[in-house]
Amino acid sequence: MADLDTSSRFDNPDAAFQLVVDAHRALDAEASAEFNARLVLLLANHIGDMDVLKQAVEAAAKTAR
Amino acid sequence: MVETQQRQSVFSFGYSRSADQDSARPVRHPVIIVGAGPVGLAAGIDLAQRGVPVVILDDADRIGEGSRGLCYSKRCLEVLDTLGAGEAVAEKGVEWKVGKVYFKDREVYEFDLLPDAGHKMPAFVNLQQYYLENYLVERVEQLDEVTVRWRNKLTGVAQDTDGVTIDIETPDGPYQLRADWLIAADGANSTLRKLMDIEFVGETFRDQFLIADIKMDADFPAVRRFWFEPPFHDGQSTLLHKQPDGVWRVDFQIGWDADPKEETKPEKVRARLDKMMEGRPYELEWLSVYTFQCRRNERFVYDRVIFTGDAAHQVSPFGARGANSGIEDSHNLAWKLALVLKGEAPASLLESYDLERIQAAETNIGHSTRSTDFLVPKSPGDKRLRDAVLDLAVEFPFARRMVNSGRLHTAAHYDSPLSTPDTEDFGGTAKLGDPAPDAPMTDASGKDVWLLNALSRDFTLLHVTNGAAPNVPEGVSLITIGEDLKDKSGLFAKRYDAMPGACYLLRPDQYLTARFRSFDRDRVEAAIARAKGATHG
Ligand SMILES: Cc1cc2nc3c(=O)[nH]c(=O)nc-3n(C[C@H](O)[C@H](O)[C@H](O)COP(=O)(O)OP(=O)(O)OC[C@H]3O[C@@H](n4cnc5c(N)ncnc54)[C@H](O)[C@@H]3O)c2cc1C
Repeated sequence: MADLDTSSRFDNPDAAFQLVVDAHRALDAEASAEFNARLVLLLANHIGDMDVLKQAVEAAAKTAR
Repeated sequence: MVETQQRQSVFSFGYSRSADQDSARPVRHPVIIVGAGPVGLAAGIDLAQRGVPVVILDDADRIGEGSRGLCYSKRCLEVLDTLGAGEAVAEKGVEWKVGKVYFKDREVYEFDLLPDAGHKMPAFVNLQQYYLENYLVERVEQLDEVTVRWRNKLTGVAQDTDGVTIDIETPDGPYQLRADWLIAADGANSTLRKLMDIEFVGETFRDQFLIADIKMDADFPAVRRFWFEPPFHDGQSTLLHKQPDGVWRVDFQIGWDADPKEETKPEKVRARLDKMMEGRPYELEWLSVYTFQCRRNERFVYDRVIFTGDAAHQVSPFGARGANSGIEDSHNLAWKLALVLKGEAPASLLESYDLERIQAAETNIGHSTRSTDFLVPKSPGDKRLRDAVLDLAVEFPFARRMVNSGRLHTAAHYDSPLSTPDTEDFGGTAKLGDPAPDAPMTDASGKDVWLLNALSRDFTLLHVTNGAAPNVPEGVSLITIGEDLKDKSGLFAKRYDAMPGACYLLRPDQYLTARFRSFDRDRVEAAIARAKGATHG
């Protein structure tokens, strides 16, 4: 079973974060939520592994404030 | 389904008094079926063809409460073919296998349900349910062992260790009957389920659909077309199907708060249709509003009362799994009940009906629930993800496969204790626990025949010729592939991964229950005993 890799994987984490933030900057709350939904589905398909996806869903649920 | 609105009857049948009504004591029958819908009729014909006398009771005297069910699947047609109604349904029905899905004004996804040739029956045909029911009634009329008693309404039930006693109301007053076995095929509002206090648990979806059957000259193709948020129906979904007689079925999603009375006013319906049909003239045939549920009884067998069809389980129409799976119920049950009644199998064989058909119901409910969730998102986040799939689908193939406008009925697979697990490797499309795949064959005289039509109503052993003559147990029909039936197209060999000497044991419902690379009488006998419920555990 593949594991969700939660180690830091980008050489430049600031740039990665900024890339996503930039994509949201001009969007209102609804458009931003829609954008995220598309992004999640694209990335989930790229991963293509139910075990990893499940762990990611759990990790995201667990870290809610 | 909670239906409202206009009913029209298409075929009527008369009530006639039965001699049983004059008997001082309740007359006993081996099997009584409550409900002459598609499922009760199919069960009655199936049992009668297996030599079991059957009485079917129905509280109405007519067929044709609107067209209701409409898409009949390949497996359903194959079962109907064993009942003598498959060819009529396939011929009258509109064949289709392609579905197209649109989002707003664009086509985003197309699926083909039977890309593979060489099957007698098509992937689907569309046919008004009243035609199907009428073909089944016509078949009942040809058989001496089964009769329908119209305007016989079941009102009471009591069972003891050796039978079931029921109360019936007729235009001539009440009477009682006794049955060894009672089959509940009395539909989604099953009287029997209520009388027996059985819970019908599951989910109700907070949405409504308006169905309109319209008569219209249109050269639209015979494909299933589904629109998410089309320009002609603001923000909601629409489904279009072609039926025979120039009739089209349109389903409009209208939301949970819509008022069914208001929505079925002809002028209101016309306003919706006019936008969609862009000026083509049409006539309204039938209107109805429905909500949907996905639910089932906890069990299907309650001692001597056995639930089938909508009385046992209910799904939303998206996926066409209602009548199709109900007819599969009847086919799974009939041979087992016939063997039990003839003393050739223990009553415990019926537990496998419960197990196999609950597996099927779970699969159907799962598919139907996921489809309905996709059509009727339950939260804003849910809706956003659904819309994201549709947006992505315009561009990316991966997202098209997530678009769910209904996953259409396919034959049930059984993980069943009746099956003898494979001990040798087999490729091909035939699978243990699936119905035998069809194939075009020629018989000994050179005539073209379909494999499924050549199977007997008992167990069948398909043996691939290798010169030997297998000495099969009594009651098993032997078909030697290469002699009795020739495989000129090579499709049998491909679908069954057949090599000389291989044998395939099929149940009376055509399910593949055991297969071996070579014939061995002991192994075949053991597999039959197991399929009859003798050694299961
Ligand atoms: C809009 C719509 C679209 C559908 N589309 C499809 C589709 O495309 N494909 C598909 O497979 N399915 C479809 N279905 C589902 C299909 O119509 C049902 O699953 C099917 O009719 C169930 O058959 P049944 O014989 O179990 O019950 P029913 O057809 O409901 O028959 C039950 C019978 O029992 C009788 N009865 C009831 N109570 C008593 C009593 N107390 N005594 C005596 N008789 C009684 C009734 O009069 C009735 O004749 C659709 C349904 C709807 C509403």
